[in-house]
Amino acid sequence: MADEIATKDPSSTPTEKLDKLVIRFAGDSGDGMQLAGNRFTDASALFGNDLATLPSFPAEIRAPAGTLPGVSSFQLQIADFDILTAGDQPDCLVAMNPAALKKHFKDLRQGGTLIVNTDAFDERNLDKAGYDTNPLEDGSLEGYRVIEVQMDELTKEAVKDTGVSGRNVLRSKNFLALGLMAWLFHRPIEPTIEWVNKKFSKSPDVAAANIAAFQAGYTFGEATEATKTTFEVKPAVLPPGLYTNINGSAALAWGLIAASQKSGLPLFYGTYPITPASDILHELSRHKNFGVRTFQAEDEIAAVGSAVGAAFAGSLAVTGSSGPGIALKSEGISLCFMLELPMIVINVQRGGPSTGLPTKPEQSDLLFSLYGRHGESPIPVLAISSPSNAFEMAIEAARIAIRYMTPVLLLSDNGIANGSEPWLLPDLDAIEPIEAEFAMEPNGPDGSFLPYMRNVHTFARPWAVPGTPGLEHRIGGLEKEAITGNVSYDPANHQLMTDTRAWKVANIANDIPDIEVNGDTDADLLVLGWGSSFGSIRAGARRARLEGRKVATAHLHYLNPLPRNLGEVLNTYEKVLIPELNTGQLLKVIRAEFLLDVTGLNKVAGEPFKVAEIAEKIMEMTK
Amino acid sequence: MTAPSYTRADFQTDQEVRWCPGCGDYTILASMQQFLAGLGRSREEFVFISGIGCAARFPYYVETYGMHSIHGRAPAIATGVATTRPDLSVWVITGDGDGLSIGGNHLIHALRRNVDLKILLFNNQIYGLTKGQYSPTSEVGKTTKSTPFGSVDYPFNPISLALGAEATFVARTVDMDRNHTQAMLKAAYEHKGSAFIEIYQNCNVFNDKAFIDITGKEERIHNRIDLEQGKPIVFDEGSKAVVFRGGEAKIVDSSSVDPKAIHVHDETRQDSSVAFALSRLAHGPYGPTPIGIFRRVERPTYDAGVNAQVVEAKAKQGEGDLAKLLRSHGTWEVKPGSPNGGSAES
Repeated sequence: MADEIATKDPSSTPTEKLDKLVIRFAGDSGDGMQLAGNRFTDASALFGNDLATLPSFPAEIRAPAGTLPGVSSFQLQIADFDILTAGDQPDCLVAMNPAALKKHFKDLRQGGTLIVNTDAFDERNLDKAGYDTNPLEDGSLEGYRVIEVQMDELTKEAVKDTGVSGRNVLRSKNFLALGLMAWLFHRPIEPTIEWVNKKFSKSPDVAAANIAAFQAGYTFGEATEATKTTFEVKPAVLPPGLYTNINGSAALAWGLIAASQKSGLPLFYGTYPITPASDILHELSRHKNFGVRTFQAEDEIAAVGSAVGAAFAGSLAVTGSSGPGIALKSEGISLCFMLELPMIVINVQRGGPSTGLPTKPEQSDLLFSLYGRHGESPIPVLAISSPSNAFEMAIEAARIAIRYMTPVLLLSDNGIANGSEPWLLPDLDAIEPIEAEFAMEPNGPDGSFLPYMRNVHTFARPWAVPGTPGLEHRIGGLEKEAITGNVSYDPANHQLMTDTRAWKVANIANDIPDIEVNGDTDADLLVLGWGSSFGSIRAGARRARLEGRKVATAHLHYLNPLPRNLGEVLNTYEKVLIPELNTGQLLKVIRAEFLLDVTGLNKVAGEPFKVAEIAEKIMEMTK
Repeated sequence: MTAPSYTRADFQTDQEVRWCPGCGDYTILASMQQFLAGLGRSREEFVFISGIGCAARFPYYVETYGMHSIHGRAPAIATGVATTRPDLSVWVITGDGDGLSIGGNHLIHALRRNVDLKILLFNNQIYGLTKGQYSPTSEVGKTTKSTPFGSVDYPFNPISLALGAEATFVARTVDMDRNHTQAMLKAAYEHKGSAFIEIYQNCNVFNDKAFIDITGKEERIHNRIDLEQGKPIVFDEGSKAVVFRGGEAKIVDSSSVDPKAIHVHDETRQDSSVAFALSRLAHGPYGPTPIGIFRRVERPTYDAGVNAQVVEAKAKQGEGDLAKLLRSHGTWEVKPGSPNGGSAES
């Protein structure tokens, strides 16, 4: 079908060369904006741009059509250099209806390109979006480059011979928009056509309609005066190797599978559906040929319980959820800490408290992760910094859990889970194996087994799994006597065991990398971050440096224990800035741990930091 | 390999058993140890998981693998064990508070899924470990520490609940009758899937003689209805019988009915409505109460299903290849020394 597509080269028209470009697709939840965004992303990735994406969708599956709450959007930034975020302000906005325009127009860069579906701008839709007058006619879009497209009509015309009918006709509208965007921004067309043919191989009429609409959009671009000037972003200079475009949920799932292979332990994932963690379950449940067992439990408590059981029985046990679900798992995590069994607990953070903003990013579960359990239960806490970093951190969480026989909390967030970026595929052979040894022989006098006799280096207890002859033993939530593991109410023993468990976790600091400082190490200001604000912080610092400011950055992947050199690093700088998508949680930890008067930059607006916000704060602090 | 030969002592641990003197739990523990010794299966292949409560101390006293976990969650934890290790025999020890109150959700879902678990619910109709509050099986009007004016809380019938939760094996026994208890344990052990046994267990400290109608020397003659496969249901020395009228199980004088009208017990009926009707003969251990196996039917187990999918996926797709998985979303190559790649590989 590819030969039917217009093949005129857009670079034969006046072309503006850009080093980076931010595009946002916005429309009704049913308009297929996530799909359009993802296709544009893949085409850009295959073209060789560096990129980062930020999908944003309502919590409702189908909010009433045409309304503001029903608007779904997908933003991406493409560049010819290594970018770090999905961008602050779109250079180009696609608005499929008045509500999408109303919601997103304010973000469009002054003088930016606006593509609108004029067919959707009828009185009813204008009214639903809260417009008193039609913005296409009242002059409010002056100063912008507006490309008006009758998308409904063009789509109907394009698909009329493909066999689709009725409601299905206009479902190809997103491909029409995508075709126009492909023309306007010099995207390769083959990847999209190939994808459509593969995806809709069972419904050739739908495939044909989508391709016809895509082609019509492209042809419209060619033929229209308004789109005469096109834009080009050259491929980026990236380290050589094989790349794929990866989102955080898939990277995390693949990391868990890698950890299973590297440890030789079968992977068990016990979970309960919750946004935005469910995608990890969806991904893992497809890969049973890796020996993956997934369990969709009756509730969050059963999910963590099943993982504790699987850990006891010798699996690489993982449970995952989002804030409210983690709250329910809290008792089970404490049990696991007491039993000293390995388990990974994934928290894909979202806006809280309670149901909060279930589809928006936030970093507000840090203190909850560190302290949100009863009793003295200081478990290791790790945080992922970008979609592709999830792969590495999942393996690291497994390594620590198994080596130290402890539950490990791994923090992600909605931005990481749904965001995507190019990923240089790792050399799998270079990933260190994870040593997972089950106890096979008695370790006590007279052939007895002592389940709390510890490894002298790691202080981990032996992992003796059911089915091993001669090592029958009982463990439980009651305090245990050191070494024997028998129930003990002895005061001195409880002190000893509490201290031992805490020391075991604190000692992990000797087994994790030092924190690295990036940028101007001789600066007065250090910007310290954790989690998904990695990209915004790096990009903000980069922007401030372009303005002649000196600034250093450092990013924490280990929140408990903290890297050994952190205190020393912090004390090197006159000022420390901590940007977080919460009201100052790492800030509290740093103040408490190091008695330092550090500064916070805090935001809880259901969206990531804009690069400009970080840059401005750095400018202010480096005056 | 020859079957190991055990005595009861081989299943006793070095831990001092700490239940109140006279507690029904001692008898159940002895029955279990006796039963396990007689099975001749290796000790290391058994796992006992319990929640919280008096009964939940049970695993500490059985020389197998065991876990004393958290309140109500034993069926969930045991599901994790059984699903990942179908080679083990996994037992859940719970009580009326643990299994029917705080852990009610896990219990019904384990039964529904038919996970290969043997679930023993020690029902003493009281919270013992917290020193005497009413439980979800305590009778209406019961005066306890938390209900000084009598309980207004309507109780569960655990057998009806298990049947309603689609359990494939449902039975009831009493702590004092060791032979019957061991027979029920054996039947549960041999059942593939979730097996639920309600064990009437006397708490001589907070709820003494709750089951006297079924266990008292005199009383039991009149009240204990033994359910036996393929036999007409008669009790009280043959003077009473169970018949079905209008879909309900009724107790009648044997002499008043045609012997052919007496209900013949069939625990293997696929439809659980007859078993349910039998469970309604008594809403608690008051007056004539059925003991024995209410239901025993075959249904694929959850753990077998999960593991079959893994085997099938491996057979179909081959053993997982991580390098291939990482390339499954399409890739492009950036060549050394060149500013860009752009060649799509897949």
